[in-house]
Amino acid sequence: MAYTEEELKKELETKEYEYGFYTDIESDTFPVGLNEEIVIAISKKKEEPEWMTQWRLEAFRIWESMEEPTWANVHYEKPDFQKISYYSAPKSADPNKTLDDVDPDLLEMYRKLGISVDEQKKLQNVAVDIVVDSVSVATTFKKTLAEKGIIFMPISEAIKEHPELVKKYIGSVVPQKDNFYAALNSAVFTDGSFCYIPKGVRCPMELSTYFRINQAGTGQFERTLLIADEDSYVSYLEGCTAPSRDENQLHAAVVELIALDGAEIKYSTVQNWFPGNSEGKGGVFNFVTKRAICEKNAKVSWTQVETGSAVTWKYPSCILKGDNSIGEFYSIAVTNNYQQADTGTKMIHLGKNTKSTIISKGISAGKSQNSYRGLVQINSRADGARNFSQCDSLLMGNECGAHTFPYIEAKNKTAMIEHEATTSKIGEDQIFYCNQRGIDTEKAIALIVNGFSKEVLNKLPMEFAVEAQKLLEISLEGSVG
Amino acid sequence: MLKIKDLHASVDDKEILRGINLEVKAGEVHAIMGPNGSGKSTLASVIAGNERFEVTQGSIELSGEDLEEVSPEERAHKGVFLSFQYPVEIPGVSVTNFMKTAINESRKAKGLEDMPAKDMLKLIREKSELLEIDRKFLSRSLNEGFSGGEKKRNEIFQMAMLEPKVAILDETDSGLDIDALRIVASGVNKLKSKDNAVILITHYQRLLEYIVPDFVHVLHNGKIVKSGGKELALELEEKGYDWLKQETAV
Ligand SMILES: Nc1ncnc2c1ncn2[C@@H]1O[C@H](COP(=O)(O)OP(=O)(O)OP(=O)(O)O)[C@@H](O)[C@H]1O
Ligand SMILES: [Mg+2]
Repeated sequence: MAYTEEELKKELETKEYEYGFYTDIESDTFPVGLNEEIVIAISKKKEEPEWMTQWRLEAFRIWESMEEPTWANVHYEKPDFQKISYYSAPKSADPNKTLDDVDPDLLEMYRKLGISVDEQKKLQNVAVDIVVDSVSVATTFKKTLAEKGIIFMPISEAIKEHPELVKKYIGSVVPQKDNFYAALNSAVFTDGSFCYIPKGVRCPMELSTYFRINQAGTGQFERTLLIADEDSYVSYLEGCTAPSRDENQLHAAVVELIALDGAEIKYSTVQNWFPGNSEGKGGVFNFVTKRAICEKNAKVSWTQVETGSAVTWKYPSCILKGDNSIGEFYSIAVTNNYQQADTGTKMIHLGKNTKSTIISKGISAGKSQNSYRGLVQINSRADGARNFSQCDSLLMGNECGAHTFPYIEAKNKTAMIEHEATTSKIGEDQIFYCNQRGIDTEKAIALIVNGFSKEVLNKLPMEFAVEAQKLLEISLEGSVG
Repeated sequence: MLKIKDLHASVDDKEILRGINLEVKAGEVHAIMGPNGSGKSTLASVIAGNERFEVTQGSIELSGEDLEEVSPEERAHKGVFLSFQYPVEIPGVSVTNFMKTAINESRKAKGLEDMPAKDMLKLIREKSELLEIDRKFLSRSLNEGFSGGEKKRNEIFQMAMLEPKVAILDETDSGLDIDALRIVASGVNKLKSKDNAVILITHYQRLLEYIVPDFVHVLHNGKIVKSGGKELALELEEKGYDWLKQETAV
């Protein structure tokens, strides 16, 4: 079949979610609704110390006084926060279990998702901390990491085992009052990952977490806290995917990265949550606050491939506090059908000679809306700060939209800021050229999209890049041709 | 090998090809000449299966098989190759990656495994040497920022990699400098065999001095108005097309 705009559009509309299944696992679920008692109950369930309970309550009170933001370029029916259950743990979870003991249903779920929690990962040097709904069920590689003094564990455990670290850093980058969703997360987060890399240590493997949303009608509130002590290095991978559900599911995660003097953190995300069906029904609402603070000579890179969610609201940011610190943001955001994404980054230059790079690739198909929103802020004492931003959009069909909102606030005359933007369309002549060389339309689109996204794909660790590439293919041309 | 009968094709209800008859046998070289806008590129596109053009009448057969229901990629798998007059750019996709994909897609269609990397590299080395292409060039994005001549040479590199049965070269000579023309032409000559055929679309006699055609056809207004041997090209070079246009008008 030859490619036409019309046909492509139709095919993309009928593309169904690849991972639309639901695994039946007995859950221990709280009643719906949110009040101080629920917050206290969550904290109790997690056997948290008093200071943590108080911290949550403080967040809850702040949240109660806040309004849901409306400035993003997304339109959706606001979730009813009193209709959500704030705690859901698979009954079979037990931190002392080995992989052999893990519920076969869960393992089957991972298998369907193509997630392998087995020896393969070991060979690939990936330590996996898996999060199903809200509780970690399996942790591998703890020992190898422990030898280097690296702490990598569910945050719920870290609160008990390393309270001094958690207490010192939680909320230090994203305070409870930061925004509506962050406040909510601070009050009700059930789990997530905690990671600490000691001074001068290079983490010998990629750290990885897979997130899932499984139970219908439960929100997922992950909390990730990653601290790279002076001159340390870590690369962290986060991937997720969710089964298809009818009602909208809320996800409001908070990720805090702390890169102390001379430390480097690479944080890569592949996100594939259920985007809703072809009529725009269902799908995950993804409201995430991700932020990093960079001390002197530190470097943080955010790399993300976003193909899922019905509504995405997400701006991984860097506060370049220390002199000579570097922030990078590499992003591919794909939207299809009725998906809406408002993503981007904020680079806040506080220190001298701070540098930031932003490469954003937006791919829109169907009736989707893809917005890039970036803020580059150069403070008055940030002499010699530099930023380079490049935002490219690729459109497929005539009904989708790509929007770019670059905000620049420079309060220092020595700042050097460059911004480039392009918009292109996949052309029939490009498709025919590929066809003529024996490449069918589906593969041709994959090739063109991969080419378009290459600069960002190249930033991902090898195995992850392959997965991401597959994901791009699945989400765009699974049924074209 | 390729048999075109009474081919009519149009785009947006505008008829461009108005009854083309052409038979190309294995081992032959045919040249198609004709004034701008006469339908040469359209004919090439239609043979390759571009669905922008609607075939309203007539047929195209490849080795006895009617191509009407055959998609462009399947035609490619069956050995049809088109060197484009205006090759398109595909940013971020290297020449090597593109060729690897093309070759493996063709192999997949034939039920074969992917070509082993070692063989692929060997093939690339061999063919890039044949066309005197700097290997660095092959890691660049396909056609992006290529000069006109580089694009054309790259098309023939792809032809060499894919080893088609019927190769249509649409004005491959335009844009090539004198040395490049010689290199490309000698490449084409080396690829030629008694089992394949070449159709050269050109405006100039010069190319035909290097790749000597068995037949020369003149396309005008969507029809072949004159066919002859290689001397016809010389005659056209000398006299232009006016006399033919007048002849057909009568
Ligand atoms: N997509 C199209 N839409 C409308 N008209 C077209 C289209 N493609 C080709 N044509 C027209 O068909 C006619 C033949 O074009 P074609 O490109 O085949 O000519 P050509 O013989 O290759 O010319 P040249 O020597 O300049 O390359 C021209 O009048 C051209 O404008
Ligand atoms: Mg032409």
